[in-house]
Amino acid sequence: MLFKTLINHPADWMQGSGPHSEIVMTSRVRLARNLRGFPFPGYSQEHQRLELVQLARPCVDALPEMKDGYSEDYAKLSKTRKQVMVERHLVSREHAARANGCAVAVDRKQNLSIMINEEDHFRIQGIRPGLNLRSAWQLVDKVDTELEGALPYAYDEKLGYLTACPTNLGTGMRASVMLHLPALALTDQINPVIKAVGKIGLAVRGLYGEGTEALGNLFQISNQHTLGEKEGEIISQIEKVIERVINSETNARQKLVEDNPNMLQDQVGRAYAILRHAHILASKEALNLLSLLRLGADLDLISNCDRSLLDMLLLEIQPAHLQLRAGKDLSPEERDLRRAEITRTRLHSLAGPSNVSNNQPPPEAPTSDLPDE
Amino acid sequence: MKCDVCESEATVFLTQIINGQMTTVNLCDACSQAKGVTDEMGFGLAEAFLNQPTPTNDVTEGVCEACGFTAAQLKKIGRMGCPECYSAFRDGLDGLLKAMHKGTRHVGKTPSKITQSRHVQGNINHLREELANAVRDERYEDAARLKNEIDRMLNPTPDAV
Repeated sequence: MLFKTLINHPADWMQGSGPHSEIVMTSRVRLARNLRGFPFPGYSQEHQRLELVQLARPCVDALPEMKDGYSEDYAKLSKTRKQVMVERHLVSREHAARANGCAVAVDRKQNLSIMINEEDHFRIQGIRPGLNLRSAWQLVDKVDTELEGALPYAYDEKLGYLTACPTNLGTGMRASVMLHLPALALTDQINPVIKAVGKIGLAVRGLYGEGTEALGNLFQISNQHTLGEKEGEIISQIEKVIERVINSETNARQKLVEDNPNMLQDQVGRAYAILRHAHILASKEALNLLSLLRLGADLDLISNCDRSLLDMLLLEIQPAHLQLRAGKDLSPEERDLRRAEITRTRLHSLAGPSNVSNNQPPPEAPTSDLPDE
Repeated sequence: MKCDVCESEATVFLTQIINGQMTTVNLCDACSQAKGVTDEMGFGLAEAFLNQPTPTNDVTEGVCEACGFTAAQLKKIGRMGCPECYSAFRDGLDGLLKAMHKGTRHVGKTPSKITQSRHVQGNINHLREELANAVRDERYEDAARLKNEIDRMLNPTPDAV
């Protein structure tokens, strides 16, 4: 499959909906695997990494799941293309920063991606819409078993799958859930929730993983421990925690509707107005406003708004996606113009927000004085 | 008894328990003073005499023979050089893992190759027990049959049906 074909098609997880889709964007499970007889990528020489890619790629490409998929050597991939895959969560930022001696394979529906020579020789990732860690785990488990039949994995009876970093030892599994928590953020309850989740040994991160900001009220929650527990136990623990966070967010949304309808309507209305009419949109601003618009759609303040439209837009306005579309590198200023343009186009037919509840007194005149188009 | 350091007659006999293991050192007067044995607070048996680093929770010495990665590099970057490093730096690893994980032993997925070989090993152990019983009970025909079976499991011929 060509890169263009891959990227022109939305991933399965962007379109489909899964359990708790109104709050849980995606569920991902990744496995770290390594081969015996090769140093880990971070301590290897280029010829060793190339040798490994040569050995591993045919096995990866031959997986039944990779039929009609996309597979490429990093030497042949531009920076923008790699960055587009980061924005789609198909590869990690760390992997995209590497060049020679790395490769990636993605299945046709973008449910599965395999990075070769990331921090570990293999990072096998499954991604599903909504809260669906088990389905993501089943996918990577199957692929892992298939690969294991073809390649000599580094495995130790006591330590499990051997990984470059001891923090991934054992199962080598990281299960993470991407959550959209605007109501907890609006009501200043997000920090206690993050703290509580951190206390029970789970990690909370921003949109693009470790060390990234929680833009657009998007948070990733994942396990930190990988040794001493079974994969199913780790997933159950995360599921339990996520269900509690979902409850907190649902209650916060309900409370906003009941106790603070004006503020809610104001926030959603402003977001709608700016996104519909702005001509210069910075990335951070756009993500935060889209978050509020999504909240409005979830609470039926914005009617007939397909959530996948917003999720697709969220990706389309990312820097590398904009540059790929333009066919050239863009300055931040140029990107802000194009981001605003795409946003206006995509949201053109979207009707404005309605009242929160018919029982509430009609809101005051819109605070935004932007002209109508 | 001779002094472990200079081979003079030993007069001081020291026993220390380090990580559950008893270590004894015999010293002459001169050496015990020179090594500061009388200073109980600052005395480490293993370090002072046996040229063995005291096992600690921190990996600080050694090199992986498979890839040349050193303990100092491990300490600096917190990652291993190759899968073999886990054997090279096994001492002290448990302490590190305890701080990072729920346990120090893997209980999750096992590659099916390992599961199969474990299964075979389990069968062999069982057959060996039966063989021992057969010999004890002087059932030599059974013993011969069991021995053949064990041999076959240990050396499977590829063309065996």
